[in-house]
Amino acid sequence: MTAKRYTTTAIALHWLMFLLLLGLAGVGLYMHDLPLSPWKLKIFSWHKWAGITAFLLVALRLAWRLFHRPPALPATMHPLLQRAAHAGHALLYLLMFAIPLSGWLMSSAKGFQTVYFGVLPLPDLLDKNKELGDLLVEVHQALNLALALVVAGHAGAALKHHLIDRDDVLTRMLPFSRKNPITE
Amino acid sequence: MTKKLIAIPLLSLLFALPAQAVEFTAVQADKSSLAFVYKQMGVPVEGRFKKFAAQLAFDPAKPTAAKANLDLDLASIDAGAPEANDEVAGKAWFNTKLYPQAKFVSSGVKALGGNRYEVSGKMTIKGHTQDVSAPFTLSTQGTLASFDGAFVLKRADYAIGEGMWADFGTVANEIQIKFHFVASAAK
Repeated sequence: MTAKRYTTTAIALHWLMFLLLLGLAGVGLYMHDLPLSPWKLKIFSWHKWAGITAFLLVALRLAWRLFHRPPALPATMHPLLQRAAHAGHALLYLLMFAIPLSGWLMSSAKGFQTVYFGVLPLPDLLDKNKELGDLLVEVHQALNLALALVVAGHAGAALKHHLIDRDDVLTRMLPFSRKNPITE
Repeated sequence: MTKKLIAIPLLSLLFALPAQAVEFTAVQADKSSLAFVYKQMGVPVEGRFKKFAAQLAFDPAKPTAAKANLDLDLASIDAGAPEANDEVAGKAWFNTKLYPQAKFVSSGVKALGGNRYEVSGKMTIKGHTQDVSAPFTLSTQGTLASFDGAFVLKRADYAIGEGMWADFGTVANEIQIKFHFVASAAK
């Protein structure tokens, strides 16, 4: 018998990352135009540390997913929509990896090494290069815009499942849901 | 007895020195560099000064008579990012309008053994003068000599980074200064 719900770990990681990425995006929007000050240096560092944390969490999440297959999509779903759902999820993962990676590369190209929590230096994958640094800022922003759009589609699809299709696609990812207990 | 035993190798060392005294005086600005590393939020950031004038007189046979002066154009700083360059020219940092130059005047050089030496002197930045000393190594190649050294300067000693920057939590107090001067021998 297959599981009808996501595992508690998968649910926890999903919502933890939702909050983390929402916070990261908000801080990113707020900080990028700040005048230089100690506050700006602090908030940039915190943003980078949180971004590296998100990168680690998404890696952990993908590893977990490989060994704990998500519950199957409802059989009532049209095969094309099922394919679209899988493609959407793949795109979400791709962006969740690409965004922190672009930030890390941007930081190196701008000449500022990323030192995780001010303690653990990450290698600079790129040499300092102003043009490349400016380009990576654009890339980082474009990827975030793409993520915002895909997340909006993701949330819209989940609501459509819940409100229109009236299936368990949304509730099986909700914490504290009494419906559809884990059957595996 | 022991004095004699030491004197013999010392004497032979003296004779091993090149016969002609070479004094390195002509600093080659294009081959010399003055760089620094500061830490912000635990991240080491490299910077450098593009314009400086150094006067040097160094005879390896008479290191204690050596002299070194440095005039540094503070506005020529590259602090690692364009917005940092704008910021450090301002009042809180170097206040380059009022204090365009930093100055170092040596008071003495002592030999540390081998090709290692230490220069001492007075550093003046932003109207504050402090005693500094820096170890350096000398390497000569024909009529060229390079002087490579490093020392730690504490920015608070010169009021570099005042007001909101005075706290060392974001920008550390210790600034690593690295110099590389190439000088040719006087003719």
